[in-house]
Amino acid sequence: MKLTLKIWRQKDARAKGRFVTYELDDVSEKMAFLEMLDSLNRKLVESDQEPVAFDHDCREGICGSCGIYINGHPHGPVPAITTCHLSMRYFNDGDTVWIEPWRAKSFPVIRDLIVDRSAFDKIQAAGGYISVNTGSAPEANSIPIPRKNYDNAFDAAICIGCGACVAACKNASAVLFVSAKITQLALLPQGRVEARDRVRAMVEKMDELGFGNCSNTGACEAECPKEIKIKSIAAMKREYYKAF
Amino acid sequence: MNTLDSKIPPGPLAQKWTRFKNEVRLVSPANKRKLEIIVVGTGISGAGAASALGELGYRVKNFCYQDSPRRAHSVAAQGGINAAKNYQNDGDSVYRLFYDMIKGGDFRAREANVYRAAEVSNQVIDHFTALGVPFARDYGGTLDTRSFGGVQVSRTFYSKGQTGQQCLLGCYSALNRQIQKGNVQIFPRREMLDLVVVDGKARGIITRNLITGEIERHSANAVVLATGGYGTVYYLSTLAVNSNASAAWKAHKKGAFFANPSFLQIHPTSVPQLNQYQSKLTLMSESLRNDGRLWVPLQKGDKRPPNGIPEEERDYFLERRYPAFGNLVPRDVASRAVKERCDAGYGVSETGLAVYLDFRDALKKQGRKAIENKYGNLFQMYKTITGIDPYEEPMRIYPAGHYTMGGLWVDYELMTTIPGLYAIGEANFSDHGANRLGASSLMQAAGDGFFILPVTISNYLAGEIRSAPVPLSHPEFEAAEKTAVARLNRLISIKGNQTAGSFHRRLGKIMWDHCGMTRNEEGLKKALVLIRELRDEFWQNLNVPGTIYELNQELEKAGRVADYFELAELLVNDALERKESCGAHFREEYQTPDGEARRNDAEYAYVAAWEYTGENTPHVLHREELKFEEVELRERSYK
Repeated sequence: MKLTLKIWRQKDARAKGRFVTYELDDVSEKMAFLEMLDSLNRKLVESDQEPVAFDHDCREGICGSCGIYINGHPHGPVPAITTCHLSMRYFNDGDTVWIEPWRAKSFPVIRDLIVDRSAFDKIQAAGGYISVNTGSAPEANSIPIPRKNYDNAFDAAICIGCGACVAACKNASAVLFVSAKITQLALLPQGRVEARDRVRAMVEKMDELGFGNCSNTGACEAECPKEIKIKSIAAMKREYYKAF
Repeated sequence: MNTLDSKIPPGPLAQKWTRFKNEVRLVSPANKRKLEIIVVGTGISGAGAASALGELGYRVKNFCYQDSPRRAHSVAAQGGINAAKNYQNDGDSVYRLFYDMIKGGDFRAREANVYRAAEVSNQVIDHFTALGVPFARDYGGTLDTRSFGGVQVSRTFYSKGQTGQQCLLGCYSALNRQIQKGNVQIFPRREMLDLVVVDGKARGIITRNLITGEIERHSANAVVLATGGYGTVYYLSTLAVNSNASAAWKAHKKGAFFANPSFLQIHPTSVPQLNQYQSKLTLMSESLRNDGRLWVPLQKGDKRPPNGIPEEERDYFLERRYPAFGNLVPRDVASRAVKERCDAGYGVSETGLAVYLDFRDALKKQGRKAIENKYGNLFQMYKTITGIDPYEEPMRIYPAGHYTMGGLWVDYELMTTIPGLYAIGEANFSDHGANRLGASSLMQAAGDGFFILPVTISNYLAGEIRSAPVPLSHPEFEAAEKTAVARLNRLISIKGNQTAGSFHRRLGKIMWDHCGMTRNEEGLKKALVLIRELRDEFWQNLNVPGTIYELNQELEKAGRVADYFELAELLVNDALERKESCGAHFREEYQTPDGEARRNDAEYAYVAAWEYTGENTPHVLHREELKFEEVELRERSYK
């Protein structure tokens, strides 16, 4: 199929970016979206032009590296998948595809479609852990955990840290991301010990790094490739109020 | 160096590790704070080691090429992590886990290392649980397990199909705690370009900042490589597309021996290749073989849809050939059986390069909910990629390159042949012999990182407390940086017209065709010629746009592919040299009448450790004889 691509090109955080148009006329519907970009890049490199920079790694939806804003949606128009899992069978011959980086003050553009998400690591480092030294753990079965707690903790723990929630939110809020870790650890007896300090430290760091307030629109849940639920935001708020 | 000293502690197998720990030299807390350790890689072994070393009080610098340590490829491990807890009361023990690994590796691993890996496995589960890793639980709140290939007990702990992700995030959280405390300094988006060796000891690394292109020097008292395997030598594999061998290869060229490079695991159950542009293959976890049955039609070229083929016209070929283990035979055995059926013309789908993995019976017996609980995300992923719903129709699967048992040679202390340079996790060769059993890579990586390296490294560092710090202006740093920059310049100035990726794809095809699931002398010799030809073309016709001192993803790829050309040649030579079949290394010339691997213990019960001797001189082979004191060498049968 033939496609017209409108791709955001930007040299670095300080440079002014712009959309550049590329025409591709041999896109197979069996390609993955990133493979379509690979083929564009191959053509660019073969004619000694600068390829489009984008983050990607595992290409199986789990590492969280990829993240492209496609036709107005983080990770594209298909729900519950990452960009690397987006297939070209969802596009039609003659389509124009708008391809942009995540846009958020806390995620400055590094180049083209690559943004700096190190703010996420900083929030995790502020308290997203259980303080236990290697070697000091009790026997694993000594603390039984109700199946339901495990299920709910797991559902929050599968966040891949891609940043789609921030990109989707009109306030560029990180609450879905932050609440997922807080919910996971708050549901486990091992994590309860530091629950108060954790929620305060992580929320404070999130605010400090310039993420916005929750917009209450639920856009993050709608766009999350791992279907993390906004009930974790409610859980985080309960944890937060309890912490004072 | 002519003799390899594996430094295995004396005494009975089960007491070696305890004995080692009792006798290891220690570093006092005050001195730990003076010692710096570089850890390259932030996967389960790397982040595990960095956090554990940070907890001990060492000053740690941790590097990764990804934008965040949380994205290292351990994240993609699916099915589970083994431990000898015997929670199921099914006869499991440390010894049995050890024996399963030794047998699974086709008797080509070192007994003492494997026993230790089994021994620390229970601590690994305890630690992950304490870190908040949500392993699956039973209704009473205790931990659940499932079975994996090559074993007859249920010892695999899991978090649905995301066990690697959950374990990695556990390591990442422990790492974050040390970063917050200031014990670990993290350097994301850095690629290691060379190892710096001063007076025969590993004292630092040269890195490239992948955002600015800046070349950086980092010094330390010891360097730990936790950089994973080299499965992307096949181009198409289940690995992350940026996974690479370059750090290990650079260390190899600086003097670290490379062991058993031809031992590459081909995983039987991956989503088959769908198109010619494909950039990677997606794994479908081995855990699926707990409930899924592999089959092909009994009739060649049967074009009926799978659900239309009646039971009596299906060939459940693994159950037929291996009744004792059935669908849960080890990966090497399963992969070859799939290849055998497809080569014989029984393969399904348009290409004929696929077999069915069918859940019909399990769905009927256990119900959709139970299957969804166990494999929900895998079924979802399969549907996303192929458009086929595995609840309705069997999956189509085919083998794909997955894991490398080979790697840098290490002794019992996980030290390479360069003093002060360690290799842990998949980057070393030590625990899996010629074939790795499922769910033992997370186990080994975590064991190495959390519980083994932090103990063994003090044996070396205790002797380093008086060493003077190496200034970054040291001639060895100058020389290493100069070489690294010269190489980047060479890559960037070829100005041909082909991409690094296209060379990589072609190299991968050569390796897959001639040094994949089966090998023979003629094919391997042909591969050597083809690799040389392609390598020459690469150095004449590569194009890398842009400059060194900026973000340049094409330059990153080119450097990795250039190293792969060199590693590929060693890999093929290793496969040529080993005139026997063992585990994943299947030489067609050496097989039993019913097509099973035929080992040659009299001549090949050794680890092949290769020494780099220079650009234009052949590698030198050093043999570490494998002594089996505990187990009896026998034919590895799963029938």
